[in-house]
Amino acid sequence: MKEKLHDLKVKYQGKKMAPAFNALHTFLYMPNETTHSGAHVRAADDLKRTMNTVIMALVPCLLFGMFNAGYQHYSAINGFPESFSLFDHFLTWDNFWIGVTTVLPLVIVSYGVGLAIEFLFAVIKGHEVEEGYLVTGMLVPLIVPVDTPLWMLAIAVAFGVVIGKEVFGGTGMNILNPALTIRAFLFFAYPTWMSGDKVWVHKGVERAGTADAISGETVLGSLAQGSDYAYSLSDMFYGFIPGSVGETSTLLILLGALFLIFTKIASWRIMVSAVVGALVMGLIFNGVVDAGWLPEYSKFYALMSFPYWQHLLVGGLAFGIVFMATDPVTGSQTNKGKWYYGFFIGLLSVMIRVFNPGYPEGVFLAILLMNVFAPTIDHYVVRGNIKKRLKRFKTATIYPKSSDEVDTLKTETA
Amino acid sequence: MALLSKKDANLIKDPLADNNPITIQVLGICSALAITAELKASVVMAISVLFVLGVGNVVISLLRNIIPAKIRIIVQLVVVAALVIIVDQVLKAFAYDLSKTLSVFIGLIITNCIIMGRFEAFALGNGPWKSFLDGIGNALGYGVILVIVGFFRELLGSGTLFGMKVLGDPIAKTGLYSIGYENNGFMIIPPAALIVVGIIIWVQRSRNRALIEEA
Repeated sequence: MKEKLHDLKVKYQGKKMAPAFNALHTFLYMPNETTHSGAHVRAADDLKRTMNTVIMALVPCLLFGMFNAGYQHYSAINGFPESFSLFDHFLTWDNFWIGVTTVLPLVIVSYGVGLAIEFLFAVIKGHEVEEGYLVTGMLVPLIVPVDTPLWMLAIAVAFGVVIGKEVFGGTGMNILNPALTIRAFLFFAYPTWMSGDKVWVHKGVERAGTADAISGETVLGSLAQGSDYAYSLSDMFYGFIPGSVGETSTLLILLGALFLIFTKIASWRIMVSAVVGALVMGLIFNGVVDAGWLPEYSKFYALMSFPYWQHLLVGGLAFGIVFMATDPVTGSQTNKGKWYYGFFIGLLSVMIRVFNPGYPEGVFLAILLMNVFAPTIDHYVVRGNIKKRLKRFKTATIYPKSSDEVDTLKTETA
Repeated sequence: MALLSKKDANLIKDPLADNNPITIQVLGICSALAITAELKASVVMAISVLFVLGVGNVVISLLRNIIPAKIRIIVQLVVVAALVIIVDQVLKAFAYDLSKTLSVFIGLIITNCIIMGRFEAFALGNGPWKSFLDGIGNALGYGVILVIVGFFRELLGSGTLFGMKVLGDPIAKTGLYSIGYENNGFMIIPPAALIVVGIIIWVQRSRNRALIEEA
């Protein structure tokens, strides 16, 4: 197979379809043309390796999401188990099967449509296929509700990849995070499938209005309506709550975060500052409530009095911070800029959550907004640095170098 | 003999393609984004601009030798304002619902840069017949884009064309809706118009690469 592909690659070299064969070859195997000797800088972390590392960090979330799809479905029908046991109620074949039939198709459609478009553009533009979609394709199924119709996902992926990425020049040139562009497109195009209390549980929409109606409101959704939710703190932390497929388990996201920081793929500065930003905003809201400035009948009361640190456990905030905000292409590039960038993502996410009842989740909007501002932040960081150095240069005393003296001596003697 | 000389024909043809006011000169974007959610509104807007620009260009062209250069902008504004008020009154009298949908945007034709642009760039320096052709050409170029954008936005966003349910009934679930199709709410909001216009610009420039600006 490898040799056949290589032969095809050589045969079609310079032809129109060449990038497609090249891509398949490099995706599946090591290329035949590698250097074996001589002075070359060799590092293992090319784009493909980077992407695969992120995907590895996402796999636990995906698996958890598959089980959770089933768990939420059966719990919504039969009621939540009285004494929860991980192996009896969560890691069961029934749950996993629901996951296989609902989540896997999302993954397949996401990758199928996205990669097809990448191949198409590579062939049209005549460049090599870039691996940029590998992570996006994995992120997309994790940030949509479990029952998102597949054709909607396909349209959104096509839109996100073409308008969000290819028009800017492809992988590495995009301004907006493609996965979030896809999420935003779905949210504004098909709001009934992306929010409300029916979409988070498998078959929720289908059963709505019948005697078998089931619903699973997210924690944030309940808070936005000022009603109670039935999930304990540990449920929120471990992720046994309704929500988009892969975003519920804060524990596994935390593991993914540690893995990404350890492998130096994602920026810890963005993660830390985003968490700080969210906490600061949460604290301000809690402070306003504690000071008694907000009457209890206010529609913001429930959300504003929600303990500040619990914002990190519910909704997509943790997932967004770890896997989306840290996108190296769309985020800030400078170290100082990363602090500002992350901080505002956290701050804005919680602010949108609380103040805009139309958007029970604000993370994707906050990150997209900061994506747009990231180059501006970098610009001012760089300018600031230039100013600082110019100032230092002006006040510096410059001693003549010993080598200068040698030169002057030489000219004198000559 | 052809109805129009080649030069005159180009006055109409150019703005329709390679010198389109919206996609090449990027003028009149504001109204193109605001009123193209429905095809009907787009068509009415296109006709209104056609009238204002066609008549306005002739009027300015006739006056071009007696308008003092210092106050020409004011004179131009008076002419546009008069014409726009006529359009507005006609719409209010004969198509009240449409005038409601278009609301302030008919009045805002006054500020449409295409109109002032053609007055300044063409009508002030050319005779009435040529100015008329130029006005018609540019208004058609503007209208074509409006109708294209309106067509896609109404079809994908509401599943209708001119208010007719061409894709079936979304509530009774007939036609396309019976197999699970749903309207795309994104197409209703103005940012979608920006993207549709962007795609038209993309298609046009990749078909005629001479139009691509130097970076």
